[in-house]
Amino acid sequence: MTHDEVATACALRHGRSPTKLLQVLRDVQAALGHLGADAIDAVARALGLPRVRVEATATFYHLLHAESHGVYEILFSDNIIDHMQGKNELLEYMCERMWLAPERVSEDGLVYVGSTSDIGLGDQGPAALVNGAPLPLLDHNRLDLIAGLIRNQKPLSEWPPMLFEVATNIRRGDVLLAEPHAPGSSVARVLEIGPQGMLEDLERASPRGRGGAGFKTAVKWAACRAAPGSARYVICNADEGEPGTFKDRVLLQAHADLVFDGMTVAARVVGAAHGILYLRGEYLFLVDALEAVLQRRRDDGLLGNRILGEPGFDFDIGIELGAGAYICGEESALIESAEGKAGRPRNRPPFPVTCGYLGQPTVVDNVETFACTAKIAVRGGAWFAAIGTPESTGTKLLSVSGDCARPGVYEYPFGVSVRRVLADCGAKRPHAVQVGGPSGTCLSWREFDRRIAFEDVPTAGAFMVFGRERDMFEVARNFTHFFAHESCGFCTPCRVGTSLLSNHMDKLAAGKGSAHDLTQMQRLMHIMLTMSHCGLGHTAAKPVVETMEKFPETYERRLQALDYEPAFDVDGALETARQITGRDDAFAHVDEDRS
Amino acid sequence: MAERKLRVATTSLAGCFGCHMSLLDIDERLFDLVQVVEFDRSPLTDIKHCGPCDLGLIEGGVCNAENVHVLREFRENCRILVAVGACAITGGVPALRNNIDLWDCFREVYQYEAGTAKGVLPNDPELPLPFDKVRPIYEVVHVDYYLPGCPPSADVFWKFVTDLVAGREPTLDREMLRYD
Amino acid sequence: MSGHFIIDGRTIPFRAGQTIMEAAADAGVYIPHLCHRPGYTPHGSCKLCTVDVDGRPASACTAKAQEGSIVENDTPALNDDRRALTEMLFVEGNHICPACEKTGDCQLQAVAYHLKLVSYRFDHFYPARGVDASHPDILLDRNRCILCDLCVRASRDVDGKNVFEIGHRGIRSRVIVNAASGRLADTDIDVSDAAVRVCPVGAILIKRRAFAVPIGKRTYDLKSVAEVAIEEVRAQREDEGG
Repeated sequence: MTHDEVATACALRHGRSPTKLLQVLRDVQAALGHLGADAIDAVARALGLPRVRVEATATFYHLLHAESHGVYEILFSDNIIDHMQGKNELLEYMCERMWLAPERVSEDGLVYVGSTSDIGLGDQGPAALVNGAPLPLLDHNRLDLIAGLIRNQKPLSEWPPMLFEVATNIRRGDVLLAEPHAPGSSVARVLEIGPQGMLEDLERASPRGRGGAGFKTAVKWAACRAAPGSARYVICNADEGEPGTFKDRVLLQAHADLVFDGMTVAARVVGAAHGILYLRGEYLFLVDALEAVLQRRRDDGLLGNRILGEPGFDFDIGIELGAGAYICGEESALIESAEGKAGRPRNRPPFPVTCGYLGQPTVVDNVETFACTAKIAVRGGAWFAAIGTPESTGTKLLSVSGDCARPGVYEYPFGVSVRRVLADCGAKRPHAVQVGGPSGTCLSWREFDRRIAFEDVPTAGAFMVFGRERDMFEVARNFTHFFAHESCGFCTPCRVGTSLLSNHMDKLAAGKGSAHDLTQMQRLMHIMLTMSHCGLGHTAAKPVVETMEKFPETYERRLQALDYEPAFDVDGALETARQITGRDDAFAHVDEDRS
Repeated sequence: MAERKLRVATTSLAGCFGCHMSLLDIDERLFDLVQVVEFDRSPLTDIKHCGPCDLGLIEGGVCNAENVHVLREFRENCRILVAVGACAITGGVPALRNNIDLWDCFREVYQYEAGTAKGVLPNDPELPLPFDKVRPIYEVVHVDYYLPGCPPSADVFWKFVTDLVAGREPTLDREMLRYD
Repeated sequence: MSGHFIIDGRTIPFRAGQTIMEAAADAGVYIPHLCHRPGYTPHGSCKLCTVDVDGRPASACTAKAQEGSIVENDTPALNDDRRALTEMLFVEGNHICPACEKTGDCQLQAVAYHLKLVSYRFDHFYPARGVDASHPDILLDRNRCILCDLCVRASRDVDGKNVFEIGHRGIRSRVIVNAASGRLADTDIDVSDAAVRVCPVGAILIKRRAFAVPIGKRTYDLKSVAEVAIEEVRAQREDEGG
């Protein structure tokens, strides 16, 4: 097939709609291996878009690439937890086995090995993706097996299925994970009590958004319902990109009906006919099972026209995939992405509830939030409000990983103490916990009596445990690199600030830090916090700020006694010239001790 | 008793001596200047190494190994070190080569250019070895003050030195601030 | 809704729908900016126009003026932050004024003068984003680009052409052009396009114009960036017949 034929076929699959550009690009890359200039041209023709717009989207997403990544692309998850479990050593081992350099395709065009931001398998790492499919629990044995499969060019369908088995690891369930839920029961209930009744129940239940920001769900839904528009949309934010988080993956693996019930309830309340499950690209492996659930729901009259026989209650859900961009977890960036563009957060106001997807009123809620609303529909607002604390009603799913005996998903009523969670997961000599991921809060051992709740320690769900032997400076450095990699580049403070900050952290790590660096880092952190466009920039410096405050010794240890040290390797910067001239005399060096 | 004169050292690293020429453009004020300053290492004195000084004025960025030695010598000996001119502050015109691979630079200059002995790359130890990138001096040592301009005008030099001699914190008026 | 708000202690009026930037400019108050240009859709990316609105930071170019709000603009603290931001833009690209034809007409340089940016503390990136000299009349030096998006908006909204977009992301973001070859010569850009003239820095230049106006007689050699910005807004209002 020619590039044009491939692009046309992929475009047709998505109704030739320019808003499905990202989906089309994903499909075209899956068919052609990469998105070269010809492929971009073909997609532009197939969708009737300027090619530069296609290229802007294609180059924004980490999982899309202009050059070939070989027949087998292996991307190791790069979170600090993966590092603690030996990620770097395993990546090097794999490269040695396959005779290749990281981030470069092998000479025979067979294989590529690289890194990618956390893939949502923190409880079963170190993990990687091969051509988008998950490879949990990697060790030398598994890598030996994988290396052999690749060398023999076995298609993924012939690999042992156990390599791809992703466990749900539900360690503690409460009302969401442990109680049975009859698919459609929430939808039936909302038909009974009506949209207004549901909103009243929601107000009584008073749930706050589980994505981290904690906005009142009832207020959001009511605003969307009241906003003028020609259509309304319900979007489920399943772009679970915060390193250390994986509870949404587990909800979608084990309780998809609960989530889809919640979306359908929302659709009834706000009057939406279209729903989107925006699923992060790293969760591609969930798509087939989720599509099957959606089809069953259509067959059962829980989706489609006249849901449960109700005239005018028409609603369906489509799955759209991301392609490797943490920023798309921000709701307005998610909407941009769902419209086929690069995921850059919009200027707000207006907010999505009045001007969201395609400029229409849109509800965007987290996976767990929809699960909560489905439960509230069935059990009532008063029942829900009695769980948790007055300010933080209901339960919270925690994705527990790191230095503990039993990593996995834990559901607690809000208000649970950090100490209790640490005891339940079998934490080993815990020294610190990163609650809510890199953008969340770093708690030291002195703060373990604090509670998981919006009024104390709010969280989107990550709970990374660090034992006494862990170096919290390295934790912060890993997070700083994550933010630099994930900055969308829209605003100056975040685009330049995240890179400068990670350069300073690298300089400290190399033992070249001085008081000068700390002064510059303080300047940067202030600018990023106050002037950035969105939450990513506002929080990108937080891991450094908090670890500096709570673990100052890890920074002091790295500071030279000097006032100033260059960031670059001064003598190393002469190496090229030494090679060119073949010189190695004293004057060809600037080491203090050599020359 | 006359107050001790301010001891000043100056040098040009990867620069064009334009900043030094601009310093001389203070013209008749030079007579006033030498009443309050005396020169240590400088193209004006031909002293080869810098001794203890109050003030070091550095023109030019850092493009080779020798620049680093000189810069470090100045930093060790000068109480106040000043980055003078665009090159010392940003790398300047020499930094335009930062986008070109050093191998390509050498090949272009010594192998492809007409009139060069083909294939001979200079390797005499007396020749300063170039860095892969030209850098401003503040990326190599701590710098106390900056005098922007290409070159900074004579008035900028005069304002800076007279502020310093008078014990004022040196500042530049808005009209004196130019990068070109 | 029209009304009044206070900026640096001064009460100024605003018309319905105006941003803080627009209302301030109409009243002759300059708020530093780079990605904003009167008549263009606000972008809000350079963040130089960050002001304090009732104690909270906001971009003046995108935030709507609100009745009775108290805005701080020309304060030492905000100008310190803006200076740091300008320094970040300088070290991110290759902004070597003595070697750039735009010197004296460059808004980045003029804003830096306005903010009195004298010293640098951040290390330079010296990016190698590529220079495109393929077009007979137009030069594109991506290393001088500050990603303000003005050429993207000008080409799309004024010229109706879509010659430019911002591609890639994060620190690797760069301007891309509408051609499979990636060359400006293979796009339908014309030297008379608004997109060519809108560039606030020396990233997009018209060839053979370098010294038509000698250094010393250029825009910001004669007037400050604040004066020029306010005059531009006045001229635009007169064009509108206001």
